[in-house]
Amino acid sequence: MSDESYNFVFKVVLIGESGVGKSNLLSRYTKNEFTHDSRTTIGVEFSTRTVQLDAITIKAQIWDTAGLERYRAITSAYYRGAVGALLVYDITKHLTYESVERWLKELYDHADPHIVVMLVGNKGDLGSVRTVPTEEAKDFAEKKGLLFIETSALDSTNVEDAFQEVLTEGGQSRGHPWVHQCCDPAQYHRTGQRSAEGTQDLLQEPLTGSDRSGSGFTRSQWLIPV
Amino acid sequence: MATDNRINFWRKSAKVPGSIQPVYGAQHPPLDPRIQHTFPKDTPKANSLKTKKASSFHEFARSTNDAWDIDDEEDEDFAPCHPATLPPTPHSTSHAPPPPPPSQPADSNGDPRSPGQLDVAAAELRLRPEEDTAGGQVNGRVVVKSSSEALLNTNTARSTLQKQQSLPVRPIIPLVARISDQNSSGAPTMTVRDKSRLDKFKYLLSCPNTDLEELRKHSWSGIPREVRPITWRLLSGYLPANMERREQVLKRKRDEYFGFIEQYYHSRTDETYRDTYRQIHIDIPRTNPLIPLFQQPTVQEVFERILFIWAIRHPASGYVQGINDLVTPFFVVFLSEFVEEDVENFDVASLPLDTQRNIEADSFWCMTKLLDGIQDNYTFAQPGIQNKVKALEELVSRIDEDIHNYFKRNEVEYLQFAFRWMNNLLMRELPLRCTIRLWDTYQAEQEGFSHFHLYVCAAFLIEWRKEILSMVDFQGLLMLLQNLPTIHWGNEEVGLLLAEAYRLKYMFADAPNHYKR
Repeated sequence: MSDESYNFVFKVVLIGESGVGKSNLLSRYTKNEFTHDSRTTIGVEFSTRTVQLDAITIKAQIWDTAGLERYRAITSAYYRGAVGALLVYDITKHLTYESVERWLKELYDHADPHIVVMLVGNKGDLGSVRTVPTEEAKDFAEKKGLLFIETSALDSTNVEDAFQEVLTEGGQSRGHPWVHQCCDPAQYHRTGQRSAEGTQDLLQEPLTGSDRSGSGFTRSQWLIPV
Repeated sequence: MATDNRINFWRKSAKVPGSIQPVYGAQHPPLDPRIQHTFPKDTPKANSLKTKKASSFHEFARSTNDAWDIDDEEDEDFAPCHPATLPPTPHSTSHAPPPPPPSQPADSNGDPRSPGQLDVAAAELRLRPEEDTAGGQVNGRVVVKSSSEALLNTNTARSTLQKQQSLPVRPIIPLVARISDQNSSGAPTMTVRDKSRLDKFKYLLSCPNTDLEELRKHSWSGIPREVRPITWRLLSGYLPANMERREQVLKRKRDEYFGFIEQYYHSRTDETYRDTYRQIHIDIPRTNPLIPLFQQPTVQEVFERILFIWAIRHPASGYVQGINDLVTPFFVVFLSEFVEEDVENFDVASLPLDTQRNIEADSFWCMTKLLDGIQDNYTFAQPGIQNKVKALEELVSRIDEDIHNYFKRNEVEYLQFAFRWMNNLLMRELPLRCTIRLWDTYQAEQEGFSHFHLYVCAAFLIEWRKEILSMVDFQGLLMLLQNLPTIHWGNEEVGLLLAEAYRLKYMFADAPNHYKR
C-alpha cells in the first residue's frame, strides 16, 4: 500500500533469547499494541513505521527474529543491510542476559561492521522480580561500546526512545548530514560505536566503503535486500 | 520421489483419486474450478459452483439456487474488477504442457474465488494501514488489538460477501469459535449428501478389515466430523486396519507412551534436557493463545509432556518452535469425540482420566508419524524447509510468472514469507478449523504433509495474486504475505484451495525437475 513519501528506509533487527519480548517491542513501536496473547515468532516477522528525524522522513523497517537456536541458520541472512540492532534481554531472567555475548558474536559475524547496537533490558514493569541489576548491564554495555536502555513494552516505557536512538545513530553512521538533536545523549549511556576489539568513536569513523553508496538521498539506496 | 509419484499416479489414474465422485463435483473430466472469467448468468455458473467442495456447496445450492439470477447487478456494483473485464494477462501456464483432462482452457489468470471475495480481501487490507506518527498526518489508523481488528474485518468482509453471492446470512464467526466445526456457515443441518457420505464412511469403518485405499479416497474430500477421530487414526497408520488387532495395539502403544513418561519425564530438570524443557515450557502458553481450550493447565501439561518426550526421542532435531503447533489438530480432533458442542471451551479435566490419557497418547503417536515424514524440516539448518521453499519458488515461477517477477522486482525472497508456511504447515496462515480440514486431505494423500503441501502452498500464494500485484513496494508485499486475510475461511475456501493444488499437481506430475527432495 502506498503511503506518504519517505526519504530513507532503515532496517533494524530485533535479536535476543526466546521470550524476552521482542515481538511486543515491535508491536508496541509500530502499532502501539501490546498483547499477552502473542505467539512464538517463526522465522522472521516484519513491520514498519515511518518517523521524522529532524526534517527527514525515515521509514523504519523492523525485523523481528525468532530467538531459538535452531533458526540461526535461517535468520543470519536477515542481518544483512541492517543499520541498527536492538539486542533484547529480560531483566527478570538472568539467563537471557547471559546469552548477550553469544548474540553479539553472531551479530558481528553476520552484520555490517558499523551496525549500531543497543542493549535493551525489557520487562521493566516487572522490576520487583528483577534479576539483572541496571548498573551491571550498563557497565557491560559501556565496556562493549553498546547503547543501553531499559524498556517495558507492556507500559511503553522507553520504547519510542530506544528505536528513535537506534535510528538516529544508524543514520549518523551512514553519513547523513543532519545533526544529532533528537534525543539527549546523556540518557543513553552512549559511549561511541563499538567494535569487537574495543571502542571507536563513531563520529570520527571515516565514512568510506562500498557498502555506502556515496551520495544521494534516494530511497532505493537503503532498501537493502536480504 | 517425484518419479515414483508419477508412476503411481498414472497407474491408478483411471479414476481421479479423492472419492468416488471426483473432487471437482459431479463432472468428469474434472472442471477447472477457476472458470469464472465469463461470469455467466446461468448454467455455466451453476457448473462452476459445483466445482466447490461438495459437502458444503450443496447446502448453499439448495438454499440459493433461485437466488442466482438476482445477484448480477449487485456484482456490478460491488465488483470494480469484474472478472470479465480483467485484462487477459499472459501466463506461464500457457507455455506449460497443456493440462490433460479438462477440456476448458485453464485460465490461470482467473482467481478461484469470486470477485466479491477479492474485494473483501482488499477491504480487509485497507483496514490495516500502516501507522503513521509523523507530524499529525491522518492515515486511517486502526489501533486495536489484532484479534478484534480481525473481527471487525470479518464483519465487514461477511456482509460484503453475502451481498455478493446472495448467500444465506452466516453468523459471524468469532475468531476463537468453531474449531472442529469446519462449515463456516454455522451449525450445519445435515444434507442428504452429507448423510450419504457419513454412511459410506461408517460402512467402510465397520468392515473387519478396513479398506484403507477406499477410506483415503473418500477422505480426500473431507471427513465427516463424527468419524474423523477414528479415520485420522487409521490413515496415519496408528490404528491397524484389522479390527481385531486394534484394542491390543492401542493398549500397547498407549502403555508405551506412558512408559516413556515414567522413564524420561522427570529428567526435564537435568542439565542435558533443561533447555529443551524450558523452551517448550515458554512456548506452550503461546500456542493458539486466543482459544480458551489451550489455556487450560491440564491441556498445557499434556502438550508439555508430548513435546518433551518427542524432543528427547528425536535428538537429531530436538524441539523446534513450530512443532508445538503441530500437535494441536490431533488433540482437538481426538478430543472432539467426547465433546458435543464447542470444543474450544470444553473443560478437559472433566473427562475421565483414562480418556484424557488416551487422547494424549494417541496425539503423541500420530504427531510422531506426521513428523517422521518431515523431520528434515527441523534438523540443523533445516534443509527440508530450504528445499521446499526453493521448490515453491520454482513452481511459482512456472505457474505464475507475473507474481514471480513481481517478487524479484521488489526484492522479496520466498524464504521471507514461505519459511513459516513450511515450518508450520500453513497453520499460522489459516484458522485451526481449516487446518483440520486440510489434514483430512494430507492424510489421504501419499506424503501429503511434504509433497502435496508444496502444491497447496503454491495454490495458496496464487490465490492472492491480485492483492500481491496491487502492493507497491517491498514493505507492502511482506506485510501482506505475513498477514493474509483468511480469518473467515472455512470448508469451501479450503476445498477450493485443495482443488487448485490438485490441479497443479496433476499438471506437474510428469515434470519431476521442478521438485527436488
